[in-house]
Amino acid sequence: MSDFLLQVEGLEAGYDDVQVLWGISLNVKRGTMTTLLGANGAGKTTSLRAITGSLRPRKGRVVFEGEDVTRLSAHAKVARGLVLVPEGRQLFSAMSVEENLEMGAFSQRARAHFNDQLDKVYTMFPRLKERRHQKAGTFSGGEQQMLAIARGLMSMPDVLIIDELSLGLAPVIVQQLVGTLKALKEAGVTVMLVEQNVHLALAICDYAYVIAEGRPFLEGHCKELASKPEIRQAYLGL
Amino acid sequence: MLLLRLARRPFFWVIALIVAVFAIAPLIGDNVDLRESLVLDALYIILASNLNIMLGYTGYINFGSIVFFGLGGYICLWLVSGLGLPLAVSLPIAGTCVSGLALVFGLGILRLRGHFFALATIGIIEGVQAFVQNFKPWGGSAGLYLSGGVLKQIGGPANALWVIYFLMIAVMGLSLYLSYAVKSSKFGLGLLAIGQNEDAAAVLGVPTPLYKALAYCTSAFLPAIAGGLFFFKSAFIEPASAFDLTLSTEVIVVVMLGGQGTVFGVALGALLYSELRGYLLTTATFSNFQLVISGALLLLIVLFFPGGLMGWIYSRFPRIQKVLE
Amino acid sequence: MTNLLELKDVSKRFGGVQAVRDLSFEVREGEILGLIGPNGAGKSTLFNLINGVFKPDTGNVVFQGEDITGQKPYKIARRGIARAHQIVQPLGALSVLDNCTVGACFGREDLPLTQARETAFEVAQTVGLGDRLQMRASALTTAGKKRLEMARALSARPKLLLLDEVLAGLNPSETEEMIATVRAIRDRGVSILMIEHIMRAIMSLSDRIVVLNLGSKLAEGTPQQVAENPEVITAYLGDASVTHGEEASS
Repeated sequence: MSDFLLQVEGLEAGYDDVQVLWGISLNVKRGTMTTLLGANGAGKTTSLRAITGSLRPRKGRVVFEGEDVTRLSAHAKVARGLVLVPEGRQLFSAMSVEENLEMGAFSQRARAHFNDQLDKVYTMFPRLKERRHQKAGTFSGGEQQMLAIARGLMSMPDVLIIDELSLGLAPVIVQQLVGTLKALKEAGVTVMLVEQNVHLALAICDYAYVIAEGRPFLEGHCKELASKPEIRQAYLGL
Repeated sequence: MLLLRLARRPFFWVIALIVAVFAIAPLIGDNVDLRESLVLDALYIILASNLNIMLGYTGYINFGSIVFFGLGGYICLWLVSGLGLPLAVSLPIAGTCVSGLALVFGLGILRLRGHFFALATIGIIEGVQAFVQNFKPWGGSAGLYLSGGVLKQIGGPANALWVIYFLMIAVMGLSLYLSYAVKSSKFGLGLLAIGQNEDAAAVLGVPTPLYKALAYCTSAFLPAIAGGLFFFKSAFIEPASAFDLTLSTEVIVVVMLGGQGTVFGVALGALLYSELRGYLLTTATFSNFQLVISGALLLLIVLFFPGGLMGWIYSRFPRIQKVLE
Repeated sequence: MTNLLELKDVSKRFGGVQAVRDLSFEVREGEILGLIGPNGAGKSTLFNLINGVFKPDTGNVVFQGEDITGQKPYKIARRGIARAHQIVQPLGALSVLDNCTVGACFGREDLPLTQARETAFEVAQTVGLGDRLQMRASALTTAGKKRLEMARALSARPKLLLLDEVLAGLNPSETEEMIATVRAIRDRGVSILMIEHIMRAIMSLSDRIVVLNLGSKLAEGTPQQVAENPEVITAYLGDASVTHGEEASS
């Protein structure tokens, strides 16, 4: 069985007559945390949408656990274990923590393992267990992000894709979330993280892909990249 | 010079031809019925072509365009009967006064956009009608009458109707030329830009408040004169028929039927509508149906043919558009 | 070098949001000044304040030595400031040539119709729209509409051209063409103030850069200076202190 759970090759996508992605390729290794970095407008969100199925790619392949899932719909991909924690959390704010978690376990296979998975998630995030009946909308930004990740976990993901973890959150909160991500790593969950904050991403992840203007710009092990000036180039052009 | 430039275009001569046809046709065999029918056609063409300057070019829907026609009629008749001025003088004065008033009103209501502007124009027509109904010097709701004597200045009762007719088609020719000249001018280009995207036009440097007011004011002049002629012919004017909101709405239908923004289309639409209306009014079964028909036409146009008759033709045969517009 | 445009302590608030805060900078004659900053930094609002769409709450906008603060857009266009919008605004039912003619008629030179049409014709050619002059503006592709924005603004023969993300949505070869076009425009004597997100392009095009963040000026200088400025790096790459807790525990 391949070491790579998720393989993306030559992905091209866009909106109407505007092409945004010009051949994005990346591989996510089982059990690791991979990050996709790039400036605003580089194509990170578009890449995620093309991978998870809310946007139809024009060219290229998405291979998940050896199966070509390029043309599958979003919910079909979730059923196979390719799960997205969307940008801005997008929780059901009027529902309680537990109800949100239930909504995460929508697919067949997730429902089959619901109780086990719920226990696991509560063990990983004790604070969520304490407030399981509280309405999601009343939580702070950082707690909401925690809940969004937990909800993603309820879908029994093989790969959990997190879009913009730190968006709109204060640095102090983001620091707390680092702990959350470490917990995921220890639990062996394969994660792909799209992140604006380069330092955060490089500090916790194993491997990084940097894209610019819809194209691959740089890739490498996070520890090596952290010191390289090329990353700055992807963001600042110089 | 604009006129010389226009004279080179085919449409210039098309207008001349139309005017000639209107002038000559009823003379053949002294056909009074035809003349009366053509006078109404001419009136619709005048009202529609001038409304086109506002509605067709800038896209601002003026529901109250008839106010120019009615006020023109009132001012002219009052100048003739009340002050004893000759028709030849009263007509241009009426035109100028109404344009002036339009400029004043326009500067006020043209700050409004879209449907608010449209509502305001209805407000104007209702307001003016109410004012005139209570304005004693103009006869209030009873209206103004002209004594038979006034007809002497244009050759007596026998010739009067012919004189009025020729004056009317002269105004019709002028209306067509005016609407065409505006469209071909820098002013017209500015108006079209406003009609497409008013904010973008402003950023491009089009002086939007001034241009809108000028368009409104320009579209008032000839209808006012037409009003003077029309009511002079009837020798009688009263508020209800002078400020008929129905007629105002019909003119909008005509502009859209023919193809708003086109010159030839609007003229054609006016002609067709006027003939249709005339026909309906005279048949026993449909005599009060013309409003139903115009309502149905409007619906049809808005839903299926937003470009109107000529819009549809131009999209099929773009060559014709190059020649005619 | 004289200052073509000067902003002095300009501020603008919308409801609860301070979109622009005490901003001051200048555009020198003959230069390309790049305006960059994270999303929501206030860049487009700034353009609206310069060309009269909004009036600043405080501060002055001075163009060629004259105070134009709060003047109406069409007056500012007459003075010689033209704008290519981020969200294209074609005059849809008019042809490409007519669109440009509007720019030439009502711009700085206030030309009569025939001459305006000639100017429009020339400009449309230089921007690469020569093969589509009679096409309805609404029928153009996105790239074509972007070019039309530029052509229309240029037809006004402005002294200062405001470019708002003219490279967005273009493919690589279109991007290269547009970059060359922008350079050519400056070489013909038009000063340019441009907002752009494609960093590689704006860094190579600009003589100087102003960085905005949260409505204020974060940094100013040559592209190299700005790229090395630690505050700018933090604004774009994120706060490095976030990882301090992580480093401490590892």
